Amino acid sequence: MTVVVTGLGTTSPLGGDVASTWEAALAGRSGVRTLDNDWAEKYGVPVHFAGQLAVRPEEVLSRPETKRMDPSAQMAIVAAREAWADAGSPEVDSERLGSIVSSGIGGVWTLLSAWDTVKEKGAGRVLPLTVPMLMPNSPTAYVSLEFKARAGAHSPVSACASGAEAIGMGLEMIESGRADIVIAGGTEAAIHPLPISAFASMQALSKRNDDPAGASRPYDVSRDGFVLGEGAGVVILESEEHAKARGARIYARLMGRGMTADAHHIAAPEPNGAGQTRAMELALESSGLTTADVVHVNAHATSTPVGDMIEARGIRALLGSHADDVLLSATKSMTGHLLGGAGALESVFTVKALETRTAPPTINVTEPDPELQVDLVRDTPRALPAEGDLAAINNSFGFGGHNVALVFTTV
Amino acid sequence: MALSENEVLEGLAEIVVDETGIDAAEVTLEKSFTDDLDIDSLSMMTIVTLAEEKFDVRIPDEDVKNLVTVGDAVTYITGAQA
Repeated sequence: MTVVVTGLGTTSPLGGDVASTWEAALAGRSGVRTLDNDWAEKYGVPVHFAGQLAVRPEEVLSRPETKRMDPSAQMAIVAAREAWADAGSPEVDSERLGSIVSSGIGGVWTLLSAWDTVKEKGAGRVLPLTVPMLMPNSPTAYVSLEFKARAGAHSPVSACASGAEAIGMGLEMIESGRADIVIAGGTEAAIHPLPISAFASMQALSKRNDDPAGASRPYDVSRDGFVLGEGAGVVILESEEHAKARGARIYARLMGRGMTADAHHIAAPEPNGAGQTRAMELALESSGLTTADVVHVNAHATSTPVGDMIEARGIRALLGSHADDVLLSATKSMTGHLLGGAGALESVFTVKALETRTAPPTINVTEPDPELQVDLVRDTPRALPAEGDLAAINNSFGFGGHNVALVFTTV
Repeated sequence: MALSENEVLEGLAEIVVDETGIDAAEVTLEKSFTDDLDIDSLSMMTIVTLAEEKFDVRIPDEDVKNLVTVGDAVTYITGAQA
C-alpha cells in the first residue's frame, strides 16, 4: 500500500503557516532573535536568544482555547487546522482517522507554572485542567478531539526524533490497515528558563548571545551548539487509494521509514553513526528504493560540534560518491531546533522541496567543516533535477539514541 | 470592602467568558451553569478556583454542587466575603 501526503501545516519561527515559512526559508531568513525578557538578569540564564514563533497562538486561537491548552497543544492545533484545510477537509469515517502528534518534552510551561502557583499561592489554587494540559499526549488528544479521529491517538516520545517518529508511525498505521488518514506531526513549546538552563548546563546550546541570527550554523567550523526553537509541523498522511478516490491534491509519497536505537549513551550519539546510517538504510529498503534515487537530504544537523559530522559521515558512507550529487540542507540554521517539532517541520520542508524541486538553503556557513563530503546548499536555494522521480530523506535523531529516517518521493 | 451582588456578577461573568467564550450578556443570574451555559465539571471547578482567588473567598468542594445557577454562585460569594 502506498501512503501519500495530502496536507501540510505549520507554525514556526519563520511564519504562522506553510506559505510564509517556506518563503522565509527560501529567502534564507533567520527566525532566531534575542529574547525580550528578564531571564538573564533575574535567573542568570546563560543563553539570551531562541527561535520564537513568528505568530503567537493567541493571535489566531480563541481565549478559551489558549486557557485550556498548553502552548505545545495550541501550536499543534494551529498546524493541524492548516494541514486539514490544506487537504481539503476530507470526508472520512471517524473510525478510519488517526492522530499521531508528538512532543519531546510535553506541557513544560503548564507543569512549571503550576508548581509556581503551589509555592506562591498554595495547592488550592492549582487549576483543575492542569493535568490534561501538562500530559505529553495532550496535543494528539486535542487533535483527535477536534477532528474526531477515533482510529487511535498516539504520541510517541523520543526527544528530538519525536515528530519524525510520529510520521513514521502514521505510515505504519495506514499500512497496517488501521486507518485511511492520519494527522501526524510534532510540536514543542519549551522556550522557558528551565529547559534553556538545562540544555545549557549540558553544553548543548550555542552561547552566541551577540549574534542570535548567526548562532545556528550547522557544518560551519565555528558551530558551538544548537539554538532552541518552538513550533509545530503537521502532515496529512493518506492511503493513495483514499486520496485518489476523493480527488485530493497529492504533494508527495511517504515511501518508507527507518527507526533504530543506538543503545550507546543517554545523550551522546554513537560516534560512528552506525544506528543513524542503519535508519537511513532501512528507510530506503522499506521504500523499495536505492541510494541512487536520493537527490536531497534534509539533515538533522543541529549545529553541535560533534553531532553534525557524525550524521554527515553517515550520509557519505551510505551514498558513497553519489553524495557529491545529493543536495544537503540543514534548515535548523534558520528555524533553530524545534525538538519534538523538528522532524515534523523538516518533513514539511522535505515535501515542499520535492513538490517545488527546490532545496532550501543552509545559512550561516561561512567556512564549511573540511570533513564535510556532501554537497551542502548554502545561502540560496538550489534546483533539484527538473525531470524524473525524485527521492529525499529527512533525518531526525534524539537524546536517548533514537534515530528516524523518512523517505519521501515526488508524485 | 465587600462587593455588591452586581459587582460579583460582573466579576464572575468575566471569569466565565474567559473560560468558555460565551458572550458576557449570556451570563445572567437565572442561568444554570450546566444546562444553559454548557459548562462541564472540570470547567466549573476551574471557574470556582479562579473565583476563590478573585473574590478572596473559600468555596469548599461540598458546596460547589449547590451552585446550580449563576445567581446561586453570586449569592454564595457575596455572603462569603469577609
